[in-house]
Amino acid sequence: MIKLVRGYEVVIGFETHTQLSTESKIFSGASTAFGAAPNTQASAVDLALPGTLPVLNRGAVERAIRLGLAVNATIAPLSIFARKNYFYPDLPKGYQISQYEIPVVQGGTVPYTFEGEQRTVRLTRAHLEEDAGKSIHGAQIGQSGIDLNRAGTPLLEIVTEPDLRSSTEAVEYAKALHALVVWLGICDGNMQEGSFRCDANVSVRKPGQPFGTRREIKNLNSFRFLQQAIDYEIDWQISEIEDGREIVQATVLFDPDTGETRMMRTKEDAQDYRYFPDPDLPPLVVSREWVEEVKARMPELPRAMAARFVAQDGLPEYDAAMMTQSLATARFYEAARDAGAPAKLVANWVMGEIARRLNAEGKELSASPVDAPLLAAMLRRIADGTIPNAAGRKLFEALWSRPAGTPADVDALIEQLGLKPMEDAGALEAIIDEVLKANQKSVDEFRAGKDKAFQALVGQAMKASKGKANPAQVNEMLRKKLGNV
Amino acid sequence: MTAALHTLGVAELGKAIASGLTSSVEATQALLARAKADTLNAFLVVDEAGALAAAKAADARRAAGEAGPLLGVPVAHKDIFVTEDTPTTAGSRILEGYRSPFDATVVARLKAAGTVSLGKLNCDEFAMGSANENSAFGPVRNPWDATRVPGGSSGGSAAAVAAQLVPAATGTDTGGSIRQPAGFTGVTGIKPTYGVCSRFGMIAFASSLDQAGPLARTAEDCALLLSAMSGFDERDSTSVQKPPQDFHAQMLAARTGASAARPLEGLRIGLPKEFFPAALAADVGGRVRAALAEMEKLGATLVDVSLPRTELSIPVYYIIAPAEASSNLSRYDGVRYGHRAAKFADLADMYRKSRAEAFGPEVKRRIMIGTYVLSHGYYDAYYLQAQKIRRMIADDFQACFQQCDLIAGPIAPTVAWKIGEQGDDPVKAYLADIFTLPGSLAGLPGMSVPAGLGEGGMPVGLQLLGNYFAEGTLLHAAHHLQLATDFHTLRPAA
Repeated sequence: MIKLVRGYEVVIGFETHTQLSTESKIFSGASTAFGAAPNTQASAVDLALPGTLPVLNRGAVERAIRLGLAVNATIAPLSIFARKNYFYPDLPKGYQISQYEIPVVQGGTVPYTFEGEQRTVRLTRAHLEEDAGKSIHGAQIGQSGIDLNRAGTPLLEIVTEPDLRSSTEAVEYAKALHALVVWLGICDGNMQEGSFRCDANVSVRKPGQPFGTRREIKNLNSFRFLQQAIDYEIDWQISEIEDGREIVQATVLFDPDTGETRMMRTKEDAQDYRYFPDPDLPPLVVSREWVEEVKARMPELPRAMAARFVAQDGLPEYDAAMMTQSLATARFYEAARDAGAPAKLVANWVMGEIARRLNAEGKELSASPVDAPLLAAMLRRIADGTIPNAAGRKLFEALWSRPAGTPADVDALIEQLGLKPMEDAGALEAIIDEVLKANQKSVDEFRAGKDKAFQALVGQAMKASKGKANPAQVNEMLRKKLGNV
Repeated sequence: MTAALHTLGVAELGKAIASGLTSSVEATQALLARAKADTLNAFLVVDEAGALAAAKAADARRAAGEAGPLLGVPVAHKDIFVTEDTPTTAGSRILEGYRSPFDATVVARLKAAGTVSLGKLNCDEFAMGSANENSAFGPVRNPWDATRVPGGSSGGSAAAVAAQLVPAATGTDTGGSIRQPAGFTGVTGIKPTYGVCSRFGMIAFASSLDQAGPLARTAEDCALLLSAMSGFDERDSTSVQKPPQDFHAQMLAARTGASAARPLEGLRIGLPKEFFPAALAADVGGRVRAALAEMEKLGATLVDVSLPRTELSIPVYYIIAPAEASSNLSRYDGVRYGHRAAKFADLADMYRKSRAEAFGPEVKRRIMIGTYVLSHGYYDAYYLQAQKIRRMIADDFQACFQQCDLIAGPIAPTVAWKIGEQGDDPVKAYLADIFTLPGSLAGLPGMSVPAGLGEGGMPVGLQLLGNYFAEGTLLHAAHHLQLATDFHTLRPAA
């Protein structure tokens, strides 16, 4: 069921520039590391000095093949690098080398979860290209600076069909793609540094009508901006149409400060890039053997891993899907499980308390104060009955908020916090007698047939024991007493 | 033996140095004196200090026991190759003040082989031209007649070798730029199969056509130089992945069935009828046929063949080469190096003025043609169509090579013309490229071999074309022609 916005169907497609994690550039030997002093990572090739020629980095091609295999795409046995010609100071050669007519990855689908449902987006293609440098304006009045460190950085541009129907769905796709490229080890996924940049093509139409005219929002480098920009754009386009104006095909930029998109250029001022095959680079030939070689070194894919968690660990499908949302999560889950914690318990805590705390503190899983071995140590004590589940929360809290970097001894903490359940039946009996005495109203209600009152009494007893009592034991003793009294 | 040193070729000079008859320093000094007195405008830069230092180093290497046919032999480089030691201009004002931080692979390899570079040689701007009239640094004169052009674009290389300012020089050939000036000045030149010499450090004109090669006074000298210049280079993706070749040994290898009297026995030379049109100048046709008759005497057989798309090679070449050039020359934008206009209003104006001020008219013409043929709506009709015909031209050659081992014809329809004679009609010059363009478009190896003198006592060149990687066959045939005749020993009056 497609959700309409003010009576319009939204149509979204994506072009994502994924910076590939090669150490050197796509056509030169210069380093791709981020953050170096301007122009210190630009070789003669990157500066387009006379006489220099591009030489393709096979590592970049391998990363493209990896993506292609992961999304069940066709890996083109022969693809072509073309020149996209335009003048700009941060484009040293006066052309960008990119794949145009025949890209290396063709077709395929990217799976993602939307509202608990498994869906896929069709990919049109993914092609290799080089990034441009950076123009730095305003450092000196009347002058612009050029930093060519980024020039020649390998990019894989991943293009989808217009399959997405809302901004939230678009964000889910973008997150899934992001997780996948990081999972595959082909991109570091660092959005602040521009390693994963999305262009969203947005249009609206009345249901049943042909596609509307699209506008392309360029260079969105956070999921939040992505959603904001698309929502603004949808609203703007619908208002234009409702006001009787036509949408003009254009490229727009999102301004995070105003939350608005603004026009960069229309199709009319689009340049003629005079694409033609780059005579400096022979066609890229990817042999069957090369593909097989890459395949053999592929990590297990999220869906295969999720299926394994279901079959091997007995996880529910939902939990398995959640545990394979990212490679970091999967690694965390597997490490905790392998350290002897029950699988389902690990999944519960990762999806529950850990996710909640990370979210609240804006942290990544890799920065969790409770790492996988520590979580496993704690869960083992719950599993073996050393502490009750409720005491587990206290223990977790203590582990989480201990001073950063200090070692943690779970067993010592259990002692220190006095989290062990009351093993002394006499002490428990005394507590229960107290509770029954103090809560006569609940006792009466229970006798009158209100089962809720029983739960209230259990709660009171647990509270009185400061959570140390074994709930099962409390239950049993309460029933006995209530039957007797 | 100082007086005669400049008359020695590469092989001879190498031997003279090896035997101790002379030294690299002595030979270099003798040639530097001539290069400095150059009246042809062949040299753009004479690097006296650098040459003498290199000569001393070469002599030291000899003294240390190193051998090698090129060790200590002076050469000079077409100014389309970037060099660390001297400025590089590509015959253009746009590279004003540019100094390359590295040597072209061809230059570096010749350096490693021990050659001594005397300096840089004039050429048409970005190798665009066939008369060397398009250099920003003035035309080069033909040593046979200073009022005539030396051919182009490697006109400085050809003139310097012909005038004995240097025994050999590097050149580049995109549509005939080694073969045609070699023919116009009576020297020997070879353009190898596309990919045999690395293009790294060779300033690009048309990447899919550009190829380096030597110009010298004999086929043997060319073979020695080509062996040192060529070979796979990982910095050029179009470089052929072949182990280094000894072209000198290939040149010497006897044909099966050959004898001392008939060294070319069994060699079938195809004569495309399109290379001998009725309009071909009588002196050119006559000299070419006479040279071929000599080859027949040496055992070769002449076969009639056809290259039906010869005429089409002109429009095809003048679409593809400018298309690639328009893109290759985009980097000369005044941003990072080279000429930048002194005054401009904004970025677009800076590009416009810098390029308008520094590029010459022929370069501008080709950038405009190239930009046009790649433009949206014209690409299919021009560029794509040209590529299809280019493929057919290559196929035509393969059909010919079913019937023959080499193809022969004239280098150009006439001998060298007068400087300025072609006036403002670029098409006239384009049409004169008709015999060299087909081989370039197919990426085949080709040679220009002196075939005697024609009208006005000007040299005529015999063109020999081989199949891919048949440099050995070409050099062998040319070598035996030169052993049996003395066309290649004719020199302009001093």
